[in-house]
Amino acid sequence: MTTTMTSNSNLSNMRRLVEQLKLEASVDRIKVSQAAAELQQYCLQNAGKDALLVGMPTGLGSNPFREPRSCHVL
Amino acid sequence: MCDQTFVAITFGPCDRCEKNFPLMSIYIQGEAATYCSFCVDTMACEGLTKGETLVTLKNESDSLKKKLEEERNKLHDIELHKVAEKVEVLGALPIKTRRVLKGHSNKVLCMDWCKDKRRLVSSSQDGKVIVWDAFTLNKEHGVTMPCTWVMACAYAPSGCAIACGGLDNKCCVFPLSLDKNENLAAKKKNVAMHTNYLSACSFTNSDMQILTSSGDGTCALWDVESSQLLQSFHGHTADVLSLHLAPSETGNTFVSGGCDKKCNVWDMRSGQNVQSFETHDSDVNCVRYYPSGDAFASASDDATCRLYDLRADREVAIYQKDSIIFGATSVDFSQSGRLLFAGYNDYTVNAWDVLKGTRVSILFGHENRISSLKVSPDGTAFCSASWDNTLRIWA
Repeated sequence: MTTTMTSNSNLSNMRRLVEQLKLEASVDRIKVSQAAAELQQYCLQNAGKDALLVGMPTGLGSNPFREPRSCHVL
Repeated sequence: MCDQTFVAITFGPCDRCEKNFPLMSIYIQGEAATYCSFCVDTMACEGLTKGETLVTLKNESDSLKKKLEEERNKLHDIELHKVAEKVEVLGALPIKTRRVLKGHSNKVLCMDWCKDKRRLVSSSQDGKVIVWDAFTLNKEHGVTMPCTWVMACAYAPSGCAIACGGLDNKCCVFPLSLDKNENLAAKKKNVAMHTNYLSACSFTNSDMQILTSSGDGTCALWDVESSQLLQSFHGHTADVLSLHLAPSETGNTFVSGGCDKKCNVWDMRSGQNVQSFETHDSDVNCVRYYPSGDAFASASDDATCRLYDLRADREVAIYQKDSIIFGATSVDFSQSGRLLFAGYNDYTVNAWDVLKGTRVSILFGHENRISSLKVSPDGTAFCSASWDNTLRIWA
């Protein structure tokens, strides 16, 4: 950001940084093992609906982009 | 040429001296307050008399940063890919290019899908913004912007409007109609004004509000109808390159990434930066939320993509390979969150297994760097925009 840095501005910026860090330090955290387990659970629960993952069978009605088009040159 | 424009500044009585001056809103111990810049500097000087100097504050901030690192590391008991060891390895993905959208005469810089899962809008260096029907390859609407390098474009949730902007420092909204003979440019509405280029824009859950990020280091929330600045977000120390709103179930937050190598998570109502992550070695080009809203991924010029978990408050995975040396410019998750598609400056799209941290496949096809990549709203395909003047739909 283009602000002219006077020593007073530096001080107020540093103050703001310290306040911001105090705020971030006080956040409630959970363990990585628990967070990772929940991410994995979400993936596996929704894997069946993921068209790009399971590769739905080509044919009418399933994936409109994979439908063979009439003037499509292969 | 762009006009000299300024961010809308609130003008009014200062909380401390009660005189009318341009106001800055700052936070003191969590409480928002608006002071004029004279009072902010005076208060900073008062700090000097209490024995605070720049040096003591710097020491305090360094020790706080160390404490933050320690707190985060205490909870780092296992790696994501270790937790995912028992999960089945993914087979080869049957993904290839299904459509090539040609029509731009210069680099395509940005694209966005419509909620109807078939339309998309793209913007290019030649100043043109085109709305396509991805099934039929029809160009439904086109508008030429007065500036080149239209770096950001977005589709409204209703499908009735598009927003775009770039080097003109503004974000404008065009309402779309079914009339084929309409003159889109005549209905243009200037909504946002920044003091530097617009890098990204996104409608919130309605057509009425737009969130923008800019090269001036700030993000801002605007009301479309009145073009009023509703909230501004300060905290990045360099250009903000990308932003993404949290999936609606998880509330009013968004994440932004910038050239200061940081990814910041913001509360839209208070304007407060609630979490910040700085582990990349270079500019963060793109950020995207995980479909559940509990994590987000970032793509950076340091050739890595990283996954950050919001509740664990740390980076939980890095997607990198020694053979990948070009920067990643854009990322998006597949619908289940298992796949992460990333577009790189070496003209390829890599598909990563989010849980195991391994690369599943490389997708070739583009003839120049990928500038933008987004998965369609129903997850059946994804679209990549490239500097080779085309967009490709992969499914």
